[in-house]
Parts: sequence; C-alpha cells; structure tokens
Amino acid sequence: MSSEVTVDRLQFTLTITYHYLFPILTMGLALFIVYFKTVSYAGREGHRFRPLRKTDSERATAEGAARFWTKIFAVNFAFGVVTGIPMEFQFGTNWAQFSNYAGGVIGQTLAMEGVFAFFLESVFLGILLVGADRVSPRLHWLAAIAVFVGSWLSGWFIIATNAWMQHPVGYSTDGEGNVKLDSFGDLLTNPWLPWQYMHNMGGAAITGAFVVGAVGAFYLLMDRHHHFARMCLRVGVIAGFVLCVLQIFPSGDRQAKNVFDHQPATFAAMEGLFETSEGAPLVIIGNPDTRDRELESTLEMPKFLSFLTSRNWTERVTGLNDIPEDQWPDSVPLVYYAYHIMVGLGTILLAIAGIGVLLLWRRRLYTSKPMLWTLMLAFPFTYIANIAGWTTAETGRQPWLVYGLLRTEDGASPAESVPAGTTIFTILGFSGLYLFMSLLFIVLILRIVNQGPDDGEAEPEPAGAQPEPAGAA
Amino acid sequence: MESVWFVLLAVMVTVYVVLDGFDLGSGALHLIVARKEEEREEVTSAIGPVWNGNEVWLLASGGVLFMAFPKVYAGAFSGLYFGLILVLWLLIGRGLALELRHQLDNPLWRSACDVIFSLSSLGLAVVFGVAIGNVVRGVPLNAEGYFSLPLFNILNWYALLVGIFGLVVLATHGATFLAFKARGKVRERAAVIGRRLWWVQLVLFFGLIGPTYAVREDMLENLFDHPWTLVFPLLATGALVALFVYQRRRLFGRAFLASALFILGILTTMAAGLYPNVLPAREGNPNGLTVDNAAADSYGLEVALVWWSFGMLLTAGYFIYAYRLFFRAPAGEDARASGLESH
Repeated sequence: MSSEVTVDRLQFTLTITYHYLFPILTMGLALFIVYFKTVSYAGREGHRFRPLRKTDSERATAEGAARFWTKIFAVNFAFGVVTGIPMEFQFGTNWAQFSNYAGGVIGQTLAMEGVFAFFLESVFLGILLVGADRVSPRLHWLAAIAVFVGSWLSGWFIIATNAWMQHPVGYSTDGEGNVKLDSFGDLLTNPWLPWQYMHNMGGAAITGAFVVGAVGAFYLLMDRHHHFARMCLRVGVIAGFVLCVLQIFPSGDRQAKNVFDHQPATFAAMEGLFETSEGAPLVIIGNPDTRDRELESTLEMPKFLSFLTSRNWTERVTGLNDIPEDQWPDSVPLVYYAYHIMVGLGTILLAIAGIGVLLLWRRRLYTSKPMLWTLMLAFPFTYIANIAGWTTAETGRQPWLVYGLLRTEDGASPAESVPAGTTIFTILGFSGLYLFMSLLFIVLILRIVNQGPDDGEAEPEPAGAQPEPAGAA
Repeated sequence: MESVWFVLLAVMVTVYVVLDGFDLGSGALHLIVARKEEEREEVTSAIGPVWNGNEVWLLASGGVLFMAFPKVYAGAFSGLYFGLILVLWLLIGRGLALELRHQLDNPLWRSACDVIFSLSSLGLAVVFGVAIGNVVRGVPLNAEGYFSLPLFNILNWYALLVGIFGLVVLATHGATFLAFKARGKVRERAAVIGRRLWWVQLVLFFGLIGPTYAVREDMLENLFDHPWTLVFPLLATGALVALFVYQRRRLFGRAFLASALFILGILTTMAAGLYPNVLPAREGNPNGLTVDNAAADSYGLEVALVWWSFGMLLTAGYFIYAYRLFFRAPAGEDARASGLESH
C-alpha cells in the first residue's frame, strides 16, 4: 500500500474518530431530552398513561433536567457540527477515486442526509435554544422532538451509506467501471442496514444513559441538587440496563450473523479463528498469532461460536487459513482486539447497569457510595465501546473500501493531486486544532456541570439543607 | 435530466450564498459595525439561531453535487485540496466562535470569539470568491478528470480579484441585513458602510467584465448565443440600482431583498455562462467536465428528483416558519420581515 493511501487512511481515522465522539452524545442525549421534556410538558397527576403520572414537583425537576441537558447538548452539538463538515469534504479531497467510483450510489444517501436530516435538526435546534421564554411550551417540546428525529435520521442515512460499503446492493457497473444505482428500494432496504442501525443507535443511547447517570451520581456524591440527581440516576440506570440488553440481543447477535453470512474473513478475524471447524469454540481470552496462524487461547467455550452464529452446535465456521491472505483484513489483531474490547466492555456495562437497577429496586441506589462512584466513572467506557465497535466494522471490512468491489488502495485521491506530504501537513493541522478544541470542550462542559441545573439551589449546600425546587414551569 | 440537476444545484448554491451570505457578511463587518459588548451581542444574537441552518445549504449543495456529478466532486475537491481544507478550518473556527461566545461571561473570551468569528467570516467570503474565480477561469484537468493546484496557484490574479468582489458583495449583503435587523448605532454604521460599499461593488461588477472575457471568452459568447439568458445580468444590474435607491430611502427590508436579487443575478449569470460545463478546464483544454460526461446515471438522478422535491418542500416549510419566528420585527415592519424567506 502506497504511502499516500496510508496517510489518507490515517487522516480519515483521526477525523472520523474524533468527530464521532460528539454525535454519540448528540444522538444519545437527544433521546433523554425528549423524555424529560415530555414528562415536563405532558405529565400530570391523574394521567392515564402511567409513566406520565407525575406531580408538579417532579415535572419541575424534569423541566430543569431538560434545560440542563439542553445546555450540554448545545455545546456538544456545536462540536459535532464543526467536526462533521470535514467528513463529507474528505470524500472528495482524500478519497476522490472512491467518490468518483461510488458517488452515483452513496451520493444518494449522503445528499438525503443533508436535505432531510440537517435542515430539520439545525432549524429546530435554533428554536430549542432560544429558550422556552420566547416560544410556547408546546413548540419548545416539539422542537426537542424534531431535534431528536433529525439527529437519528442523520444517523440512519450515514448507516445506510456505511451498510452499502459493507454489503453493496442495488447497483451495477457502468461502462467506465464505476457503480451506478439500479434500485433505490434495495439501497434503502439493505439487509445490513436495520441491525447495524439498531446496534449503532443503541450504542449512542447507552452513552446517553450512562452520561445522564454519571452526572446524577456526581451530584449525589457532591451532596448537591438531590431531586435532579435522583431523577437522572433513575432514568440512567433503567434506560442503561434495557439498552444494554437490547444491544446484545437482538441487535449485536443479528449484526454478528450478518458479518458471518456476508464477510467471512472479517468474522474469522473478529474471532481470531484460523482453523475452519464444525463446532468452533468461542474464545474468551486469547491472542491471535498471525505468523504461526494460531489462536493462543487461555479460556474458551467449546462449540459456542458455532452455536451463537447459527443456533447449531456443529455449524461450519470458515477460518482464515481457508481464505486467501490478500483478502484478510490488513491487521487481524486490530480487528480481534477492537471486537473483544467492545464485547467485554458491553458485558461489564450491562452488569453495572443491572446492579444499579437492583439497588434502585432495593431503595439503596442513592446512598450506595461504591455504586455512585462506579456510575460516575463508567461513562467514558461507553465511548470506548462505541469507537471499538466502529473500529471492528471499518478495519474488519479491509482490504476493501466497498466490500468485494473496490480495494481501499484504489479509492484514494491520485498521488499527483494530493501527495502524501500534503496530507501529513493537514493531519498536523487537524491534530493541533482538535487538541485545542478538546481542552475547550472539557472546560465548557465542566463549567456547565459545576453550575448545575437551575433548581433554585445556587451554591453547594451543607448536608440536609435541600431547598425545594423552583415552582412548576 | 443532467441539465435539470445543473439548474437545481445552481439554485441550491444561490440559496446558500443569499442566506449564509448575510451572516458571513455581518461577520466580516462585525468588528467595525459593532464596537461595544451590547452591540456585538446584538449582531451575534441576530444571526445566532439561523446561521447553522444557513450553513446547511452548503453541506446539502455539496451532497447534491456528490450525488449528481460525482466526477466533479472528486476532481474539484482533490484538485483544490488546500482551498477546501482552508474552508474547513475557517468553518470550524467560525462555528465554534459563534456558538461558544455566550458560554463564558468574560470580556477577553468574548473579544477572542468576536475576532475569530469576524476574521473567519471575512476569510470564507474571500475563499468562496476565489473558488468561483478558479471555476470560471477553468482548471488544468487531465484526461481522467483530475488536476492539482498548489495553494499559490489557487490564488491567481483573476481568482483573487473575484475573491475581493465576493467579499465586497457579501459585506454589502451583511451591512444591508444589519441595517434592516439591528437597532441604534449598529444600524446607522451598517447603513453608512452599506452605502459606501455599494460604489465598490458597482466598480468591481463592471470592472470584472474585461478580466472575465480575458480568461473565458466563451462565457460571454455563451450568454449572447442564448439571448434569453441576458435576463440574468440585467436582473443583477437592476437589483444594483434598486439597492442604491432603497439604501438612500432607508427602506432596508427592500434593500436587503435587492441585495439578495443582485447575488441571484450574478450567480445565475455565471451558471448560464458556464453551462454545459460544471467544472471547466482552462481555455483550449478539452478535458472539461460537463453535464454530459460528469453526471451520474439517469435512473439515480430521476429517483433523486422525487425525494429532493419532497425534501425541499419540507425544508422551505421549516425555514419560512423559523424566519418568521426569529425575524418578527417590532410592530409595523412585519410585512418586510416576511420578505426574507421568499428566497
């Protein structure tokens, strides 16, 4: 692989990974802002629908929570927007031959993202942010829902694009060797799309749940904002638990099945499987050694991999030995470890949320110091799990840019147009800019968290002296 | 079908320049028209709720270019690499400065944000002009549809001239917007600057005819070959006159509309002059990318027309609604405020 392609990949890895840190929370938090806004707007004491049967004081807390999280959302959204613009641009700047090759197909979904998602999202975020004082409560509530729909639609179009790169459908090759769209319906009903979308959005929602819970835990440990903190913790652990379960089954399970059916090399690399076998073991701890072509395993469950993929203990699973080496992902250990980090963290996060729900039920969640500390510190690992999942998907698809059709080295911009040195220069620029932005982001978010929700509690209060939240909105 | 998308793309780019143009122009003049904190607050909160929506027109235009003319997207973006990356970095700085300005209540922070916002707006206005200048002049495309222009070749004399014109046009547009939307001293300063910039705009508008003829003869021939297209330069000229009149009569809502029509006039003139080229090569180079050799397959273009029409209807709805909400001027100016969204 030429040095141009290597640095083009490096720049895309840097910019997409950094960018995606923000949409994870944008999409995750949008869901919870809608929840808080709905409780505040539609909740009342005698509501027929049980989850909306709320007292005035609960509704006031929910409104405070919605406003607090909207402040965080606004900063996070701004960073997501400005780091997102380079993504679309880079298809042209650094991956010109890919754009030329696939633009006739994925141009559809990318253009639709702009037309259907971005306009909706940006216009209604403007309305959400001018505040409830300038617009009616109903419009403010609808704006929150529109922002949620916009951000989740945006995710849908991006996953539709990625799903096509993972599993191309509805296309044919034109006279110049580029792809053209044959069936718009097939593009949007790609069998890869629903499970990848659900798994991806589930990951974002889990981050949202753990972030909401972490701030709640932080305030309880700081002995501040008790009503707000309890509401956030309760919502965070319950949603976190449900979402973690759904993440494993059905979405994770079905997504793995898609990879097993359509990308055998990727699947073998994820599991570190070299020997083709009927009744393949599931390796819990092990290291794939690509030189000796063996998986040094220390802990494995016999026949489990075959069972998980197809509910059949003797299903044949193809190993890397039976796949030509030029079709292996270029770094098998990277795929293997990224996948195992994602799965391992997912399992741990499920356990944490599960214990949280258990303690909530036993009425000990708000007072258990070890649990509050755990919940406060767990949220960064949700980000790592999300990024590890994408690393699995994207490095697992290698050496293909469009699976089975276009190899990554054939997708970059021609070296005469964009030499390696040029891209190295812009990588340095992006790195410096993003480092500075990270510091800024942390300062601004910590400041909002330190100020706390606007619940009439100005300063950290001594224990036992909690003021009542401000009157109903 | 390819030609339909050429027109739709021209429409989207025009809407982008008209809408984001006023907040870019306001930004370029920000440090001059707004001197005190309250005044700067007035400018930034006037565009605060809408600039992001306006900027989306750029992203959506980019997406549509990608979908309809993938070859142009690939060739232009890789060939103008540094220009594009510069745009990205300026957009990042500008977006953050605008969105984060209100986050800290510290005079130094706000001044820093104001300076970044203003300089990046100014830079973007110039770079967009430079980009248009390079497209009109043509680029050294090879037979595969690629080219490479080092940074200092992007900044050639003709493109720089168009860059300055771009800055002046957007600054006038921004000044007219602020004269319409702002109050007190900001309005007065913006009105004065708008009137002065009008003369510069006039000189550059007619002054550019010669240089454009020098770099691209067939652009003018193209216009005269299809006489009906002369309606576009005439629209620009008429709008320029109207702008002069309304500025003097202090009818700033109508002046803003005239400025928007002027932008519409020059961009449509350019599009009509370039057609059927989407990304022309230099004069004499046969590798230009046209609607015929750069477009995606017709099936995709037909399908896209269906969803595009539907999406644009929705979008027009949001924008009309949001602009009515944010630009509901104090009593008596409602009628003029609602003129904003008609373009």
